[in-house]
Amino acid sequence: MRILCCVKRVPAPGAKINVTADGLAVDAAHLGFTTSPHEECGVEEAVQIAEREGGEVTVLTLGPTEAAEQLRYAASVGAHRGVLIQTDGSAWDPERTARALTSAIQSLEADGGVFDLILFGNESADSGGFQVGVRVCHALGRPIVNGIKGIEIEGSGVRARREIDGGFEVYELDLPAALGVKEGINLPRYPTMRGRLASKKLEITTLELDAGAGDQALVRLHRPTETVSQTVILGDGPDAAPAAVDVLEELGVL
Amino acid sequence: MLLVVLEHDRGTLGEPAREALTFGRTLAAKMGVEMHGAVIGACAAGPGPAAEEAGAHGAARVYTVEHGVLSDFGPEAWGESIAQLVSVLGPRAVLACGSERGNEVMAQAAARLDWPFVANCTDIAPPAGTGGQWTMTRIQWGGSLLEDATLAAAGTALLTCGLHTVASAPVEPAPAAPPETQAVPVDLDAELARTVVKDRVVLEAGVTLPTAPVVVGGGRGVGSAEGFAPLEELAGLLGGRVGCSRAVTNNGWRPHSDQVGQTGTRIAPEIYIASGISGAIQHWVGAMGSKHILAINIDPEANMVVKADWAVIGDLHQVIPAMNAEIRRRRDRP
Ligand SMILES: Cc1cc2nc3c(=O)[nH]c(=O)nc-3n(C[C@H](O)[C@H](O)[C@H](O)COP(=O)(O)OP(=O)(O)OC[C@H]3O[C@@H](n4cnc5c(N)ncnc54)[C@H](O)[C@@H]3O)c2cc1C
Ligand SMILES: Nc1ncnc2c1ncn2[C@@H]1O[C@H](COP(=O)(O)O)[C@@H](O)[C@H]1O
Repeated sequence: MRILCCVKRVPAPGAKINVTADGLAVDAAHLGFTTSPHEECGVEEAVQIAEREGGEVTVLTLGPTEAAEQLRYAASVGAHRGVLIQTDGSAWDPERTARALTSAIQSLEADGGVFDLILFGNESADSGGFQVGVRVCHALGRPIVNGIKGIEIEGSGVRARREIDGGFEVYELDLPAALGVKEGINLPRYPTMRGRLASKKLEITTLELDAGAGDQALVRLHRPTETVSQTVILGDGPDAAPAAVDVLEELGVL
Repeated sequence: MLLVVLEHDRGTLGEPAREALTFGRTLAAKMGVEMHGAVIGACAAGPGPAAEEAGAHGAARVYTVEHGVLSDFGPEAWGESIAQLVSVLGPRAVLACGSERGNEVMAQAAARLDWPFVANCTDIAPPAGTGGQWTMTRIQWGGSLLEDATLAAAGTALLTCGLHTVASAPVEPAPAAPPETQAVPVDLDAELARTVVKDRVVLEAGVTLPTAPVVVGGGRGVGSAEGFAPLEELAGLLGGRVGCSRAVTNNGWRPHSDQVGQTGTRIAPEIYIASGISGAIQHWVGAMGSKHILAINIDPEANMVVKADWAVIGDLHQVIPAMNAEIRRRRDRP
């Protein structure tokens, strides 16, 4: 099996998200970076499938030079190849991103053969455009279903589960196919020492591709207005339990 | 005309459809156009009931699309149907609700039309005059951050409104007659059946995390899977459910179905008892729909404490068992 997983590098803010002075990005000066959570599960899923079925996992990202860190992290948990479409780090609109990913995938497939399975996240954690995977797949002529929380490879096809209210839907796609996965599909492993060492040696293929901007443009990021509540401190330690239970009684939930 | 895609399950309109119509009414008024609805796919009882409800929520006319490939939900077949409706009807904008299905089918339509699609808007202003552009505010980071954006006015604007941006409401007074319905033929390739739902599995219903009246949340401060026993007990005493943070699911202490937050569940209980949770922004967006919050934390500066209505400062391993004992004591009182 040839499996591809598309991941995005995003900052990991804590209690608050701050925006840069020009309003065009999250102020990440004091922040770490991570892989979007759905996509981190996508990498884990790809590695598990390759372990079961045999095969190779390629991870593709579009971002600044530093996004190589996310490719190395993926390698430290079992991915075999990393491909970086290098940008200047500015936010790309979904059409532009999708066009660049599509050309990268086309050239990777021309060199190494078709990917049996392509995994995207259901949505990216930061901009959340809910469309890049769908656009790429339409351009490639490949089927895609989003919201997937379970994958089983069965012969030359894939069975995928999507959660809905009160149960789940089942989809059956012939390979090659693509899926947009959600966190919870698996529990991503932590890198081992050996994995970390191996990831340092990962050879990253760097591509420079650009398709020009789409029609949607970012003007400014801002925080939603929040109502500040005055916290009533009920007390310290177990002695505060009666006061806490009073609150439950007042709310009528007891 | 503003075309609203009506999300339904085999003919029963869902809350996302009512929200999209409620949001769409305001937008259509700003655009100075009529609002029409579209019901794509088979309806068990025919399209009548869905059309009538759409009318009650402001749709002046309802288009129905039926085809063998549309026997059940399928993102590609729905997306292609929307793209063909756009070509036939030429609406100025298409709006759906930014539910999981809504965003997916609009992305499919956008890919097929090769047009932009702006997901999860909270506010939309149509172009002022000719040659202008759409301006909108949309959700980033699952709601922790907002983006002001522009969209070039050429072509039909493809948009979704963020889930629960508005509370759905029928028009008042109720329209005198149901809306006119019109069947629109579509030409769908049999190949599109490849992504249609094959099967459904119904799981047992109970108190679910999104609907629980009380959620007892535990974070890294709980320390272990076993540490959740007193939280389970408290949730049981209150007829609620246990929730948790991503630190907990990442450690394998609880299943992901218990996770509250941006990549987990959004909760809306009467009270959220958040213990040993720092209140990171990605957790907060899942918890902020709670009517009241009681935080239990050793750190009085924790974001969860600052944002809560009430807080107990202390070790959750002592505070929660003491609350359980107090609840039992009061219940045993004659
Ligand atoms: C893109 C993205 C998406 C994310 N999505 C989610 C999401 O959906 N949900 C989510 O929860 N997180 C999410 N996160 C992770 C989030 O940023 C935080 O890392 C996580 O919420 C922290 O969990 P926590 O509060 O349990 O742990 P910590 O931040 O470590 O906090 C532990 C808290 O417990 C307190 N404590 C410790 N011991 C005790 C004790 N004995 N008694 C009482 N209090 C104690 C501490 O004072 C502290 O406040 C996401 C992150 C990213 C980057
Ligand atoms: N810059 C990127 N690099 C690689 N993959 C991406 C990028 N942006 C988006 N994707 C993929 O497309 C999915 C949907 O993204 P979005 O449309 O932004 O919500 C993500 O979960 C990723 O799998």
